[in-house]
Amino acid sequence: MGIEQKTANMGAVTMRLEDAVNWARTNAMWPMLFGLACCAIEMMSAQAANYDMSRFGMELMRASPRQSDLMIVAGRVSQKMAPVLRRLYDQMPAPKWVIAMGDCASCGGVFNNYAIVPGVDVVVPVDVYIAGCPPRPEALIHGILTLHEKIRGEKITTWA
Amino acid sequence: MNMNEQLQPVITALADRFGAQSNEFRSEITLILTPENIANACQALRDEFDFNLLEDETAVDYWPEQEPRFHVVYQIYSMHHHQRVCLRVPVPGLKPSLPTIETLYPNANWHEREIWDMFGIRFTGHSDLRRILMPYDWEGHPLRKDFPLGYEEVQFSFNAEQIDQDKSYAKREQE
Repeated sequence: MGIEQKTANMGAVTMRLEDAVNWARTNAMWPMLFGLACCAIEMMSAQAANYDMSRFGMELMRASPRQSDLMIVAGRVSQKMAPVLRRLYDQMPAPKWVIAMGDCASCGGVFNNYAIVPGVDVVVPVDVYIAGCPPRPEALIHGILTLHEKIRGEKITTWA
Repeated sequence: MNMNEQLQPVITALADRFGAQSNEFRSEITLILTPENIANACQALRDEFDFNLLEDETAVDYWPEQEPRFHVVYQIYSMHHHQRVCLRVPVPGLKPSLPTIETLYPNANWHEREIWDMFGIRFTGHSDLRRILMPYDWEGHPLRKDFPLGYEEVQFSFNAEQIDQDKSYAKREQE
């Protein structure tokens, strides 16, 4: 109590390193533009004015994987697109997270055939799955906040 | 009907020169040709009768009911006369191949690539015959009737756990 008051009076605040790093990671997470199909429209509308995602730090969507932290796989992934998806995921610098948005990205959705990959988690490791066909923008924002809570709970042993 | 009157000289010319049999269904004319003279028939349609737009080129698989197995269907339209004619070519199933009409109608390029990808019908003389919808190293031709559906088993309550064990998320939990 005493030393913290002293340092605070001098303008120095102490906190755990995990809290600081996780706070920084969640508060300015830039998603990569990966809208493939119909879920992309809900992602766009979540980014737009009515259900603003910029209030959660996602100010803009980067088209380049080198400059983004979060890949929101919005839409169905076909067999031809799966290697492209993996390559773009590999090009993202760590730390990176993946949200599987919608039913098609989570489990194949309504499609059960030769052309659609049954769930994007056979290609990239997924952190949060969002159900819905398509999920409402509020559902997408809820999924992103769930991801934020997951990152806030990360320990130094996982990323150091 | 005036549609038939305008098309009648086209049909009789094609029937005389290439032996085309014609069917009519609800004022739609279909001409059945053979693989040997489809290219010449399309050339005649384009050059002499002003049928300048290939609207669609696709294929149907009638296995195992009919022999020959594939029918390649061409829908050719004339903008000048507002007339449409449909050509059908029966193709047998063993090493199916047809001459390409890409030199006559350039938009047949992608249509024929799709037919090669989905049915396995080769087009001789095509400039770039490779897969267009499936990955380039895919094996098999998906829209044939003997291609497996490629679906995974639906999880009901009685087999839910058994299917779960083979999934990727189960393996990650075990690690």
